[in-house]
Amino acid sequence: MAFELQTWVDIAAYLGGGMAMGFGAIGAAIGEGYTASQANIAIARRPENSSEIFRSMLVGQAIAESASIFALVVALILLFSNIVAVSYVTALAALGAGLSMGFGAIGSGVGSGFPAGAACIALERQPNMSGSITTNMLIGSAVCQTPAIFAMVTAFILIFLDFSAKPVNPTWAAVLGAGLASGFSAIGSGIGGGVVAKNSVEGIARQPSAVRPVTNIMLLGQAITQTPAILGLLVGFLLIFMNFPATDKIAPGMALIGAGLCMGIGAIGPGIGEGIASSGGVKWIARNQSNTGTITRTMLVGMAVAESTAIYAMVIALVLIFVM
Amino acid sequence: MSIEGADIIKAAAYLGAGLAMGLGAIGPGIGEGMAAAKACEAIGKNPKEQGLLTRTMLVGQAVSESTGIYSLVVALLLLFVV
Repeated sequence: MAFELQTWVDIAAYLGGGMAMGFGAIGAAIGEGYTASQANIAIARRPENSSEIFRSMLVGQAIAESASIFALVVALILLFSNIVAVSYVTALAALGAGLSMGFGAIGSGVGSGFPAGAACIALERQPNMSGSITTNMLIGSAVCQTPAIFAMVTAFILIFLDFSAKPVNPTWAAVLGAGLASGFSAIGSGIGGGVVAKNSVEGIARQPSAVRPVTNIMLLGQAITQTPAILGLLVGFLLIFMNFPATDKIAPGMALIGAGLCMGIGAIGPGIGEGIASSGGVKWIARNQSNTGTITRTMLVGMAVAESTAIYAMVIALVLIFVM
Repeated sequence: MSIEGADIIKAAAYLGAGLAMGLGAIGPGIGEGMAAAKACEAIGKNPKEQGLLTRTMLVGQAVSESTGIYSLVVALLLLFVV
């Protein structure tokens, strides 16, 4: 049974749209559920502040929701934009865009829920600190969304770029690999950034005088926690924009898919690990401000070591792209 | 498209190398992060022993790194030797 090219592209776009929204709904739902659970605990302890805690819960959930809204936008574009088939690469690019956005929204959704939940508990402990608690929660949650935005950028480029000038084999594998690299690599950085922000909000509630050092170290830690997602975006862009010579063999294509999987999956662990490392630093700077410098130094050394496996993954991905 | 045995074997080796390094990087990344978080906690509780604590953290992380290095070695073997 032979189908026309346009039929295959439509199949891939519908499949990609389904996966973008299906996987993309996982993270935001978990994160928002966690926020609601913490809000209930907080209101049970201090019912007289329920309106403020309830408002904080809704604001936090709205930010966590944005990751799944990105996924919804990409899914609707894949379903309704009538993607014109230029070659089989178009079909794989639509599938890659769906995978990128679907996996890319998981981490940011889960991660943004952590600081929002911590803010509800913090408002119960320190009702008169609501300004700095809410500010810290908003900054922390917003930074958690960046990996999902990276994944969305990759998805849009894959949907709208014209691949007609490129050879079908191995470009089909390159666009699929780009989606996998950018999507998987966003999971770890999203969750890790959330763990840092959660401990920052808790630290401010515990020690209100530590707002400044805790916020600074939170931003430093979150910035470093984003690096695995940036490496994934970099490998994704290399796979999308490089010109690979035409071939009639399978191996070059598999090398490009392998590069995408390697960088994408390899960035999950370091992203989560750097978040845990930085959360320890933020938590203990709030309790022991006089040793901020020492704790920050150890935190940075620990994060650098945790980053090493992401660098190994990038080296193998670059060897697969440039040498094989 | 002509498919030959050698081509399939190379394709599998490339995909395997990517999966080996990618999956192998998850554990060390999370484990080393936990070690660093507890080192920050320990220095927060006992700042006088920061040298000893940082050294212990680094030795522990180096051991945790070993499985990541095994993955790197296996990936390089799959790429260049097999």
